[in-house]
Amino acid sequence: MVGRRLLAVAACLVFASAALAQTGQLEVSDAWARATPGKAENGVAYLTIRTPTPDRLVSVSSPVAKKAELHTMEMAGMVMKMRPLAGLDIPAGQSVTLKPGGEHIMLMGLNGPLREGQSFPLTLTFEKAGARTVTVAVEKPGAAGPAPQR
Amino acid sequence: MMAGNLPRRFFLVTALFAGLVILGAGAFLALSLHETPRGAAGTLLASAIGGPFRLVDQNGKTVTDADLKGKWSLVYFGYTHCPDACPTALNDIAIALDELGPQRNEVRPVFVTVDPERDTPEVLKSYVTAFDAPILALSGTPEEIAQAAKGYRVYYAKHPEAGGDYSMDHSSVIYVMDPEGRFTASFTQENSPEEIAERLKKLLS
Repeated sequence: MVGRRLLAVAACLVFASAALAQTGQLEVSDAWARATPGKAENGVAYLTIRTPTPDRLVSVSSPVAKKAELHTMEMAGMVMKMRPLAGLDIPAGQSVTLKPGGEHIMLMGLNGPLREGQSFPLTLTFEKAGARTVTVAVEKPGAAGPAPQR
Repeated sequence: MMAGNLPRRFFLVTALFAGLVILGAGAFLALSLHETPRGAAGTLLASAIGGPFRLVDQNGKTVTDADLKGKWSLVYFGYTHCPDACPTALNDIAIALDELGPQRNEVRPVFVTVDPERDTPEVLKSYVTAFDAPILALSGTPEEIAQAAKGYRVYYAKHPEAGGDYSMDHSSVIYVMDPEGRFTASFTQENSPEEIAERLKKLLS
């Protein structure tokens, strides 16, 4: 019992010092999605992640879709392949941007169409930083990037 | 032993064949992207991509390769469950057409589904109206789609995913066909809408 308690205290100290060593927190910004054309069942969201310490995005979810997955788009010559990713490593001090033609968050089985001008919540779960919920702004279908700050 | 080897050999041959097809298509396209003012017109390439097809448009009307003649066509194969590459291509086309000004009326964007199972004419109709361009959206039976894709050297395959869902692997290329229905040039996601517009202006002049 005593051993376990000591271990817990030690663990707390380690976490506390790790937290103190951090100069800031993991940040998610510029979250945007494409409006879905017609009755399209799948949507897509993109965003930027920045973290002072290495972390890993392990899952995503949103109330607007039955399922949200982290996907990557690979080109094999001229052939486009979309594949689910188990996670995405976020290196310390670098901005990782999910954008068209690369990694993206796939919203599968939308409950309704995503319309330009709307916004919706998206929760990202990181291995270390835990869950972050961001507001995603819906842009035009096929938009290439987030709209300038509104 | 034989039973164990056969599927492996079959797989290898199939993979090799698929590889050759992709390489071949890549070589064709690399050649076609070579800057010539008239594109591939008058070259062997002009007849290597395209060919006869019989499909149905978003209003249920039959469309064949002959119907594409008389205007320039921008032909893209994709599917509506694809949220990344396909809307990017269609949006790039819409922006490029805007840059063309009045000449845009000489160009017809064509979206052919590689997922006829889910992309019925009705689904396609609601999909393409969201883009700022008058897109002709084509579907058909799996056989009809296969024939059209073969003519355009388009590779596609179903990729199953967890939960019974699937995505489609597919060639992501915008083909430029001249008013005679001959292959003239092509674009990929590497080309910006501005580049596409510039090239089209040269071809249309």
